[in-house]
Parts: sequence; structure tokens; C-alpha cells
Amino acid sequence: MIAAAALSAPGDRTALFMFLAFVAATLVITYFSARKSSGASAYFAAGRRITGWQNGLAVAGDYMSAASFLGIAGMIAFNGYDGFMYSVGFLVAYLTVLFVVAEPLRNAGKYTMADVLAYRLKPRPVRAAAALSTLTVSVFYMIAQMVGAGTLVRQLIPGVSYEMAVVGVGVLMVVYVVFGGMLATTWVQIIKAILLMSGSVFLSILVLDKFDFDLGKFFTSLTAITSTGANGEILTRDFLAPGLLFKNPWDQISLGMALVFGTAGLPHILIRFYTVPDAKTARASVVWAMIIIGLFYIMTTFFGFGAASLLGPDYLKAHGGTNMAAPQLAHELGGEVFFAFISAVAFATILAVVAGLTISASTSFAHDFFTNVIHRGKERRPGEEVKVARITAFVVGAAAIGIAILLGPGVNVAFLVGLAFAVAASANLPVIVFSIFWKRFTTTGAVAGLLVGLVSSIALILVSPDFMKTPWFPLKNPAIISIPLGFLGAFLGTFLSREPSAEKLFAELKVRANTGLGAEKAADH
Amino acid sequence: MSSPGRDARDLTPESAAPTDIAPLGRPPEKPAHERTGAEDAALADWEGIEADPDFVSLLKAKAAFVAPATAVFVVYYFALPVGAGWFPKLMETRVWGAVNVAYLFAFSQFLMAWVLAFLYVAVAAGWDKRAAAIIAKFQNKGAE
Repeated sequence: MIAAAALSAPGDRTALFMFLAFVAATLVITYFSARKSSGASAYFAAGRRITGWQNGLAVAGDYMSAASFLGIAGMIAFNGYDGFMYSVGFLVAYLTVLFVVAEPLRNAGKYTMADVLAYRLKPRPVRAAAALSTLTVSVFYMIAQMVGAGTLVRQLIPGVSYEMAVVGVGVLMVVYVVFGGMLATTWVQIIKAILLMSGSVFLSILVLDKFDFDLGKFFTSLTAITSTGANGEILTRDFLAPGLLFKNPWDQISLGMALVFGTAGLPHILIRFYTVPDAKTARASVVWAMIIIGLFYIMTTFFGFGAASLLGPDYLKAHGGTNMAAPQLAHELGGEVFFAFISAVAFATILAVVAGLTISASTSFAHDFFTNVIHRGKERRPGEEVKVARITAFVVGAAAIGIAILLGPGVNVAFLVGLAFAVAASANLPVIVFSIFWKRFTTTGAVAGLLVGLVSSIALILVSPDFMKTPWFPLKNPAIISIPLGFLGAFLGTFLSREPSAEKLFAELKVRANTGLGAEKAADH
Repeated sequence: MSSPGRDARDLTPESAAPTDIAPLGRPPEKPAHERTGAEDAALADWEGIEADPDFVSLLKAKAAFVAPATAVFVVYYFALPVGAGWFPKLMETRVWGAVNVAYLFAFSQFLMAWVLAFLYVAVAAGWDKRAAAIIAKFQNKGAE
């Protein structure tokens, strides 16, 4: 427990109390704004008043999870330029969302991926497969958040081990979701996005202040970062040069594919495009989200590279590891108060993202799988579906806690989220694209695509260098193989079957997706 | 407890925005977003609109922007990992002080994403008008 010992200075209690106060304040603010915004006849009434930039903030808030803030900062602090590649990929991914999926989904008036698939195809099999993939992607995403939360809490409360921290945080979150439901996530995300952005701006200014606001000096300091290598040797490396993390170029290509094509398959991001009144606002909110997210990722230059330059990888390794680079930098430059603030914002981020994920995963399972598939759309007893959803939330939470403990605090959360993106890109994207653009697409094709993408991406992750001592698969991210496999599965499944009823309905989907005709009806609900 | 406009049998905990998650419990009628194509078939003359020359040209206009724009961003984006992976010498060339080609190229990706997004929004505003005109045309036809 070097990390806890190193921080258990007298001032540490201050950080803890301030942290708790900030978390409480954040929750209170979101609770009251949530009260104000929901309960109106329908969200859409408020939704029509919500402007593009507010919606953009919500999308940005959803996206800037623990991975973006804690993970990327750590990736850059330890691996320099290669970590910055995550920042680039996370932003460019939004072009796939904007060009390919956002508008057709919104225009067709669908909530979830399963809704889109069930539209033309046979609802039961596709909903079952879609629920399975939603659940899997959510668990992967949650594992990353849990690891982040565990490392944060361990740093704040001296003497608490990582395992205890993860279990504590996990139980807190599951209780929060299972018994209390969820605060209006839109407002949680908006407020969190504002806090995170202001914290990042302040942190970046503090970093630049150390270099007298001279960018040249800042970048020059990055060309010789000294750290201790795996065998105790002293290394001095240029952190602006590529190749410190990815020795194999195919690694970068594969990661890039996961990031750029995965966002368009993330269930909790896709849902956001249904919350806007029309295609025009959908577009405007994507652009606002891109501006906010882009500015944020550009700032990772300052606090990611800044942590490398001002603290150095060795110091960070001894003080909480890869996921604590940003909070430690705040501690160094802004003292206890700023450390507590940054940690609280990161924690609130994790809480909001996990609550949203747990609810969407468990709802998808209860609704799509349990009621629609097993009971053919009929609830046997009132409230049964809610019960199933709660049990699912519990199971999903427990699974994420267990895996987060197995992985340990040393795993970078941006890396873990990269895996979630790979699963989403391989299982979900092929069937969404085919379902919108390919007339001949069939139920067999959808189920085959979902399952092949899901199984191949997970199998390749399990035999990759990060999970096996002698890996059977050489790359850290499976996307380069599993995305084509997902498409191939969907293609072959379609090729080997025929579904005239689905082809007949393609005209309807095409017209709806391109004109928005009929989509307004969704607002009544 | 239950807000107006909310189905009494929708048992989703009331605190989230209704759009954040699909409602739980079985309402007597399917919500619009869950209706399948077959159930919505009578809503409009789908085949008629699909065959309409205005609609066909709208689709062509969309494809004429989206296809090349997608190609541009995919090629531009993957040039970055390709460069970093196979042309490290070129990428490490310093341009301004310590700032090298690699960083500037990565930074230019942000600008590329923003520019393409703005272009898309500008172009897509025209598509909205054409789509609205097509819908209006067919609604008038139905009313006659």
C-alpha cells in the first residue's frame, strides 16, 4: 500500500471531507434540476425547449466518462503521444455517428437498436440477441468505471484497499439504482459536463502557468521525460514521438477502428438521439457535443502531457497509478481543495455513467428479453418486469464488481473502454448499418451478425496479450478482426436466408429514415 | 406520483426523463417507437413516396455528400495510425520548436472533424426543406 501511505498526510482528511461535500453538492444540484425538468407531461415538451447546445452538453456528458478524464490523462502521462491517439479517435468517432446512424435512427422514431431491428425483422430473435449484446457492452463499460472509482476512493480514504473500495462503490451504485431509480440523467450529464469542463480548463491553465504560458517551453519539456523501466533501468524518452505504447502498428489501426466505429454502436449514446424533437436539433446537438468533446480532448494535451512533464511516470506510479494522473496533477498544482474538486467531479461522472448504464442494460434485458422474448410481450403479473429489471441490475453490478477486482487497479480505464467500443463496433454496428441500408437484410443475418461480432470480439480479447501470458492473438484490441467478422456473419446469415416480409417493409423504413414522416408520433407517448 | 400523460401501468421509476430508457411494464397499447413496420403500414403511402422522383433525388443528394465525406474522414483518420506505425521518422520530424508532425497531424484531426461536421449541418438544412416538401405533397394528395 505505497499509494495510501504516501498520501496519508494530515491534510488528507481535508481532501476527503471536501470530496464528500462536493459529491453531495453535485447530487443535490442534479436532484433539484431533475425535479424541475421531469414530471412534465412528457420529456418532449421540455425537449422542444431544450436547445441544441444543452442537448449537446448532455451527449458530451454521457461520453466523457471516467475513461476520458482519468483514463486518457493517465494514458498520455505514461505513454505520451500514443495515449493522445485515444483522444483523437474518441472525437472523430462522432463523424460516424453524425453521418451514418444519428439521423435515420431519430427519423424512424426508434428508442434503441432493438427497436430499429424489430421494425422490419422478426421481433423476438432480434430483441433477444440485441439484449445480450447491450448487456455485454454495458458490463464492459461499467468495469472501466468501477476500476476508476475504486482507485479514486482508495486514494481519498487512507487504509482502504482497492478491493474494498470497488465493492463499496459498486454496492453503493447498485443500491442507488435498484432501490432509488435514477435521477434525470440528462441533467446529471449537463451539470457534470459543465463541472468537468471548468475543472479541465482550470487544470490546463495551472499547467501552462508552470511554463510561463509559453507553449514552446511546454512542448520542449516533453521531449525528454525520464522514467524507470521494467527492469529498473532509467529511460529518457521523447513523449511526443509515437510508438511508446504500440510497438506493433496494427495495434494502432485496430484500436482506431474500435474507437471510430464503436461509438455508433454504444447503446447509451444511441438513445440520446431520440431525445431531440427533430433531425435538425439532432444534428445541432451532435455538433455542439463535438465542439465540447473536441475542446476537452485538446485539453488532454495539457493535463495529460503536463502530468508526464511536471510529475513524471515514476511519481504517478507510486501515487495511485495510471488512472490517477489527473487528480494527482490537480493535487500538485491546486492543493487539497482542487484535488477534492477534481476527484468529486470524476466520481460524480462515474456515478452518473454507471447509473445510466445499469438502468439501460437492465431495462433492455427485462423488456427485450424477459417480457418480449420469453413471455411473448405479455406480463404475467403487474410489476414483474420491474422486478426482473432490478434483479438484472444487481447481477450486472455484481459481475462488473467481480471483474474489476480481478483486473486490479493497474489497468488503464481508457484501455478497458476501448474494449467496450470494440465489442459495440463488432456486434452492433454491422446490424444497424445493414438494417438501415440493405433491403435484403434478414432476421437470420441480424442474429448471426450480433452473435458472431459479440463472440469473436470477446474471444479475441480473452486470448490477447493483456489477458494471456503467451497470447494466441497478438493485438491489444480485437476490432480489426472482429468488426469484419461481425459484418461477415450478418452478410452470410442474410445470404443463406430469405425474408420477403422484411424486404417489403424496406420502403417504409427508407422513407421514414430520410424524411422523418411518422416520427412525430413518438412525441405523443 | 404519476405525471400526466404517463401510462398508469408504466412502472419505470419516475425520476428519469422518459426518453432515457424504454418504459417498463406493459402499457395497453404499444408505444410508437416499438411498433413494427407491419403495424405502421397504413400510416402513409410508403411505396408511393419511395417511387416519387423528388424522394429519389433527395436520396441521391444525400448520398452525394455522405459517401465522399465518410470516405474522406476514414482515409484522413487512418492515415494517422498508419503514419505513426510505419513512418515514425517522418512523424517525428520537428516543425515548430519541439512540436513534431505527429502532434500537428493529430491536432489537425480535430479541425477536420469540426469542419466536416459544420459542412454536414449546412448541407443537411437543405435536405430538411426537401423532405418537408415531399411530406406536404403526399399529405395534400391524401386529403384530396
